[in-house]
Amino acid sequence: MNMFWKVGVLATKIPARKRLQAGLKEVGENVSRKVSRRQFLTYTLGGTAGFLASGMLFPMVRYAIDPLLKKGEGGQFHDVGLSVDEITETPKQVQFTVHRKDGWYNPPKGEQMTAWVLKLNGEYIAFSPICKHLGCTVNWNSNPQFKNEFFCPCHFGRYKKDGTNVPGTPPSKPLDRYETKVQDGKLLIGPLVKK
Amino acid sequence: MLRAIYDWVDERLDITPLWRDVADHEVPEHVNPAHHFSAFIYCFGGLTFFVVVIQILSGMFLAMNYVPDIENAHRSVQYLQNEVAMGVIVRGMHHWGASVAIVMLFLHTLRVFFTGAYKHPREFNWVIGMLIFFVMLGLGFTGYLLPWDNKAYFATKVGVEIAGSVPVLGPYIATFLQGGDIVGAQTLARFYALHVFFLPAALLGLLGAHFILIRRQGISGPL
Repeated sequence: MNMFWKVGVLATKIPARKRLQAGLKEVGENVSRKVSRRQFLTYTLGGTAGFLASGMLFPMVRYAIDPLLKKGEGGQFHDVGLSVDEITETPKQVQFTVHRKDGWYNPPKGEQMTAWVLKLNGEYIAFSPICKHLGCTVNWNSNPQFKNEFFCPCHFGRYKKDGTNVPGTPPSKPLDRYETKVQDGKLLIGPLVKK
Repeated sequence: MLRAIYDWVDERLDITPLWRDVADHEVPEHVNPAHHFSAFIYCFGGLTFFVVVIQILSGMFLAMNYVPDIENAHRSVQYLQNEVAMGVIVRGMHHWGASVAIVMLFLHTLRVFFTGAYKHPREFNWVIGMLIFFVMLGLGFTGYLLPWDNKAYFATKVGVEIAGSVPVLGPYIATFLQGGDIVGAQTLARFYALHVFFLPAALLGLLGAHFILIRRQGISGPL
């Protein structure tokens, strides 16, 4: 067992910087890499203590970071009670309710969500009203100064009808869209399109 | 690497004397289990402290998901136990640790009693130890209510009734504990505040005093 930590290493194999630190001058001089009893005890006791401490801390840390590792709930489509015939080129506000569990809390009436729905080049689009600047709520045509635009009152963020942000205003990205699909002539709104 | 960081800090802040003063002290032969195995009875105080550290840590993590409100307390406990990863382990540590802490504390008290370590000049540390004992019981009593299930509710009702049976002062103590006329919303909020702020603060202060006195007076001699 003793030979295990009594391995001598030829000084030629040691880089020059290390050799200087060890006070070796002559090439070929031996340096002992013996692990002392104190070092051995320090490592084994430290390792054991570290193992025990990590066994204690691991469940608590895993518990704390669980929200990071949980997968979000899958997308469901909601009937917003809107026939596709009613959708025009002018954005129209629709409201729908999403039932989502918030930890231990289940809002009894669900969560009110809003979407701006319009028809663009024969395609049905549902914009999220959340401003891409800092998350306030945008409105269609709500500021007389900026006609036919989505307008955010917080920092005067503006978007064109197709959701693209007006350059020179705070938002740096176009409005997010909800997934949409048409079923029996009715519009269904799904989860936000992931980017 | 670690050594270099330590040296860098130590050169500037001279931290070595700080931990050396805490860590470097004589352990007499008669309390060292390496010399006499029966000396393990001297470990119970340290074990109590170790369990208290676990209680504080696991309690901090539990508080991330617990709400002291009668509508949500039980639901939040159910959620953190069944739906958060390892929640059952973290809550288990706090649940079983609470009992283990009291057991260790009691064994430590027995050791001090039967080795006569409470005698002159250590009377004052015995008194502090008794105060720690009552604070720990208080932590157990207040923590028991927090899951807000039937067991918690009726245990607290009984506990408050017992406190209320004290002559003259009883009704005042009961009202103080309940924070009102019944065991309810106000009791839960009050017990939570006691459990996570007041009693732990008192406990840490008393533990500090306990340890300072041990270092001042040294460990009592052999039987």
